[in-house]
Amino acid sequence: MTQESGTAKLTLPVGQRDHRRGPETAQVTLMEYGDYECPYCGKAYPIVKEIQRRLGERLCFVFRNFPLTQIHPHAEHAAEAAEAAAGQEKFWEMHDHLFEHQQALDDAHLVQYAIALNLDKDTFVREMTEHVHINRVREDFLSGVRSGVNGTPTFFINGVRHDDSYELETLLAAIEAAMNS
Amino acid sequence: MWDNQDTLEVTGISANGVNVNICIYAFKYTQSREEENILSIHNDWRENRPAQDEPPSALPPGTSAPDFTLHSTPDQSVSLSDFRGQPVILAFYPADWSPVCGDQMALYNEVLPEFRRFNAELIGISVDGVWCHAAFAKNRNLHFPLLADFEPKGTVAKRYGVYRRPDGTSERALFVLDAQGIIRWSYVSPVGINPGADGILTALEALKTEETSQ
Repeated sequence: MTQESGTAKLTLPVGQRDHRRGPETAQVTLMEYGDYECPYCGKAYPIVKEIQRRLGERLCFVFRNFPLTQIHPHAEHAAEAAEAAAGQEKFWEMHDHLFEHQQALDDAHLVQYAIALNLDKDTFVREMTEHVHINRVREDFLSGVRSGVNGTPTFFINGVRHDDSYELETLLAAIEAAMNS
Repeated sequence: MWDNQDTLEVTGISANGVNVNICIYAFKYTQSREEENILSIHNDWRENRPAQDEPPSALPPGTSAPDFTLHSTPDQSVSLSDFRGQPVILAFYPADWSPVCGDQMALYNEVLPEFRRFNAELIGISVDGVWCHAAFAKNRNLHFPLLADFEPKGTVAKRYGVYRRPDGTSERALFVLDAQGIIRWSYVSPVGINPGADGILTALEALKTEETSQ
């Protein structure tokens, strides 16, 4: 049994269960395993936005949850909040909102954000209290663990783990290389 | 190189009439360029030579895992043999406090429930001291022991063939041991790359499949 670095592969392929931004048939798929409370994911957030802006329809971006609950006390609830928003067709709005308000992710703020995004508050609160989306969050997490996610954020480009930095130039160059290959 | 600097010669007759001739030589030692080179080569060798019982690379699968006892806290120690009867994951890592959120130990801490499904015990080992480990474990809220391979530094890492001499730390190396203490999987990651947990889980799964088929 061996494992080579740089060849970690996505074990759960992108599918209907995933939150996608960009066409399914895009030339390249960038996936992020992220944690809403992780400052490094916060740093990567505008970088991904810029890459999306530059590549437009040629890129499909997918986000999966990878909350590090032992170091980020609000990360799991924040992930559940984004999934609850997804139930009301507002996943990306919540995803963006959470990354833009990383410093305030306690439950009271999560409800405020749901209201700000015009979600049905009662449904949101009920789903949060009953942890309706926790299995989905854990499934994301485990799929990440089995795919060699080794911290947050971890990116996969067309299903292959990106082991280099996620600075704009580096990440963009890696994506463009995948497009041309 | 020894240089004769001075010689003093005294000649005389002793009390009982014997001729006595005494010579005193003064030498000064100066190191020639050549000698300096030889000495530095020798010192390099002495510092970097592997100890006689030290394997040249990570112990491979099939090897019996060397037992050890290390401190986990200032007043507690842990022996590998304490865990006989269950799978053990040994995670050697270079240092506490690596500057990322999802560092290797924080990740394993999250995956702990998965490791426990295989009844496996996780042990982190680095050359950091117990107080450093205590602060790190508290900061990251870790729920598994970190052992201090601290005195003499790196002894356990050396016995497993995963000590990095120039750095004075261990490699980022993983070993999965079966319930009998035999290494069943080992992996050394490039030191800058966190290997993740997938290799460990695959190894634990293989162990379990083997056990059930026996």
